[in-house]
Amino acid sequence: MAHPISARRSTTVSVFALLCALLCVLPCVLLCVTGCKGKTDEIVIGEFGSLTGGTATFGTSTHAGVLQALDEINARGGLLGKKVKVVTEDDQSKPEEAVSAVLKLIKQNNVVAVIGEVASSRSLAAAPQCQRNKIPMLSPASTNPKVTEAGDYIFRACFIDPFQGSTMAKFAVNSLKLKRFAILTDTKNDYSVGLAQYFRETAKKLGAEIVAEESYSEGDIEFKAQLTSIKTKSPEAVFVPGYYTECALIARQAKELGLTVPLLGGDGWDSPKTTEIGGAAVDGTYFTNHYSEQENRPEVKKFIDTYKQRNAGKVPDAMAVLGYDSMMMMADAITRAGSTEGPKIRDALAATKNFAAVSGTITIDAQRNAQKSIVVLKIDAGRFTFVESVAP
Amino acid sequence: MDQLLQQLINGLAWGAIYALIALGYTMVYGVLRLINFAHGDVYMVGAMMAYYLAHWLGFAVAPSTIGFVIVLTSSMLICGALGALIELVAYRPLRNRPRMSMLITAIGVSMLLEFGGQRVFGPDPKFFPQLIESRSLFKAGAVVLTNIDLLVICVSLFLMVVLRFIVLRTKIGLAVRAVSFSFETSSLMGINVNTVISVTFVIGSALAAAAGAMVGLRNPKIEPLMGVLPGVKAFVAAVLGGIGNFPGAVVGGLVMGVTETLVAAYFSSTYRDAVAFVILIVVLLVRPAGLFGKVTVEKV
Amino acid sequence: MELLKRNAVPLLLVAAQWPVGWLLSQTVNSYYLQIIVYIGINAMLAVSLNLINGITGQFSLGHAGFMAVGAYVSAACSLFLVNGWPAALALPAILLAGGLAAALAGLVVGLPTLRLRGDYLAITTLGFGEIIRVVILNTAAVGGARGLGGMPPLSDFASVYACTIVCVLVIWRLVHSPLGKAFTAVREDEIAAAAMGIDTTRYKITAFVLGAFWAGVAGALFAHFIGYIHTNSFTFLKSVEVVVMVVLGGMGSISGAIIAAAVLTVLTEALRFLADYRMIIYSVLLIVMMLTRPGGLLGRHEITQWRFWSSRTAR
Repeated sequence: MAHPISARRSTTVSVFALLCALLCVLPCVLLCVTGCKGKTDEIVIGEFGSLTGGTATFGTSTHAGVLQALDEINARGGLLGKKVKVVTEDDQSKPEEAVSAVLKLIKQNNVVAVIGEVASSRSLAAAPQCQRNKIPMLSPASTNPKVTEAGDYIFRACFIDPFQGSTMAKFAVNSLKLKRFAILTDTKNDYSVGLAQYFRETAKKLGAEIVAEESYSEGDIEFKAQLTSIKTKSPEAVFVPGYYTECALIARQAKELGLTVPLLGGDGWDSPKTTEIGGAAVDGTYFTNHYSEQENRPEVKKFIDTYKQRNAGKVPDAMAVLGYDSMMMMADAITRAGSTEGPKIRDALAATKNFAAVSGTITIDAQRNAQKSIVVLKIDAGRFTFVESVAP
Repeated sequence: MDQLLQQLINGLAWGAIYALIALGYTMVYGVLRLINFAHGDVYMVGAMMAYYLAHWLGFAVAPSTIGFVIVLTSSMLICGALGALIELVAYRPLRNRPRMSMLITAIGVSMLLEFGGQRVFGPDPKFFPQLIESRSLFKAGAVVLTNIDLLVICVSLFLMVVLRFIVLRTKIGLAVRAVSFSFETSSLMGINVNTVISVTFVIGSALAAAAGAMVGLRNPKIEPLMGVLPGVKAFVAAVLGGIGNFPGAVVGGLVMGVTETLVAAYFSSTYRDAVAFVILIVVLLVRPAGLFGKVTVEKV
Repeated sequence: MELLKRNAVPLLLVAAQWPVGWLLSQTVNSYYLQIIVYIGINAMLAVSLNLINGITGQFSLGHAGFMAVGAYVSAACSLFLVNGWPAALALPAILLAGGLAAALAGLVVGLPTLRLRGDYLAITTLGFGEIIRVVILNTAAVGGARGLGGMPPLSDFASVYACTIVCVLVIWRLVHSPLGKAFTAVREDEIAAAAMGIDTTRYKITAFVLGAFWAGVAGALFAHFIGYIHTNSFTFLKSVEVVVMVVLGGMGSISGAIIAAAVLTVLTEALRFLADYRMIIYSVLLIVMMLTRPGGLLGRHEITQWRFWSSRTAR
């Protein structure tokens, strides 16, 4: 327990010694983190995503989609006569890790372009770095309009919140002739908050009434309190913009409580798990999505078959589709650019027009958002059936 | 009125789950004075084990009540063993060290189970097979009681009664009470403290596993991080009831479940997750020993 | 004048950060520079938590919560209040705003809980971190789930390291002053300390509030370095990360905390290639560390007291 405190020494000397120690560590940083320089005979594309942490399920799905696209590209002989390599970095579902990951990809791996992130929060954190370094970034699924406002190097392959939210509101009011809605939002999820906002605005504009607004948090499994409250307000439909991880359970518990009005949702509902977890409870739900299996487009069928084969029979969800499409869009842009220089890929990406992706025919608009038509699906006896298609 | 009744049913079924987890916290805290952070993750492992057992034993395709009982008990056994293993490897070597060391180790074990779980089970949520078909037992106006809610409440009550019997009427229960009263004295009285602590972990973890399996049945979505928040909230429930006090943990758990539900229903569902901690701070301010705890003066 | 003379060396050190920062920005690539800045921020967090956990012997698990308060208050400040001020004025303003807000939060949490046994503090601070997150998520003015962006890049290498030096210096001097003995006394034996006439609650609260203040400053620097903040950065896991730094460095050792902050920050970057095994390794490391060397690398000693040749080093 002897505890010699260095009162004798002047404290400043000690502090100085301390800072010296700190400075000694700095070179270690430079040594420890060794970068691997990309070989010239391959094109390196970076991907960052949440492979671990709270939203790991979306990151891993996207990653599977990207890898599938990569293998197809390389099987066709790569790009510009070179093999393509994808370097993937995990950001643990944290924004600051996303910044580190992107900086590492750009500075250490010398990637020519970056694909990521699913969550708008991580895309927003990382986008300025890509912009500053003039490396094009293509987000597969960040729906917050602000993401692409970070600069002219930032693109996305998915819908933005306003389009999806207002489409569902218009469909519910005009096609389903409903007037009273309840909204159940995931407050921890910007995607959900965004969709809810635009649904609310559009629905009110169309003369409908929002009778109840309740919320939950990502990862919750108990929704009966909120659903019981919603039930007493007797809405004609409940808008649940969220991911299938919670929505299917919400549907179940709603039916258990005798809340039998139709549920409405966004592309987060698109997963085989929705019907697996929800069972009969999700029947009668309407949700907006990128594509419908019944469209019989060859891309869709080929993608789903290959995905199942590669991933032990798993059926792809929206994230996997968008990961695949992002990689394909990027490959297409690099081919058209004929070069791996950032500005040229950027120009080619911006000029993307009528690109036949699995999630629809994509055209990049002036705000660098993907324009594609939205389809409304209805869940009918466990199957997603096509209802209508809305052009952007 | 109907709504209030319905919310009470929702809250009680949810609170029964908290109560089962809280019992494990209270038991471990009683004997070791340790907040076993890994307890919530044992609950997760319990749900996962039940999921895999149901698939391996074929009950997922041929659901039956017997199947659920088998799955539930085997999952409890496996997690009991896991609890004993955690104690043996991570906590026992630290028993005579400052309590903070054990607390930090507990956080380490908790993280290991969470991230190991993401690696082993995969991060995507799993659908828990419906071993018992959910249907409503009775409907009175707008009030619905499902058979699963009733089952959860009954199984929880049954396990609590069994626990009470073990603690009050058996020799090992006597030993547990003696050890939680005084570590040194009971060891001087010839009680094998190591055995008692192991038994505590086995029982506590088995109860958590039961909670996990029942949550799987009632809210059929399980994933590796599902134990984080319920774990912490169950600890708050244990503090609310008076930590170290068994009936207190049960009451604390039920109060927690009902309060959360009522707050979500009548106040604001956005603040539901914060309620637990507000309760904690209020309890600490007003009655630090909890509802049923004895106010003890710290002896010098 | 006397004050200036006594503080000449640290003041010079603080001032030296600006030329050093400029030099680094010219020579080192931005990826490395970012890691270096993270080290500074983490060192500040670790040293301030060390005052609470290591030196005063309390157990706080809410450092990420205080960091969040500092980050959001300072960000709101720079977006709505000091918007357009020159950086030389805006920077101190936001740092002070962030720090004071976090200190206030520390006072509110500390007052009821610090009178009680240690474990309760752990769980209350953990709960506080969650409450803060819930409140932020439900406050549309600071972005809610969409996060808050658009802050000017006020912090850089120089401001982060200048603050780190001031933080270390303040805590170092406090601990090594006669007053500092009271903190250690609370850690060693609270009852004995109280018997000696030390107002233990007051010292605990002082340490807690001061620790929270610096966590808030670190949060403010973090927010203005990244330029975008989201509640996912301030989870329980972040608090645990800081606790691990303190434990690894040695509870009560200020230099240990700094070294551990640097080592762990570099390690998490260097282990990137392990992807999903990274956190598993991290947790195993924590357990093994507690089992084999619970005192941390330096124990309660400082690096200046480290005897490389002696067998009785830190314990």
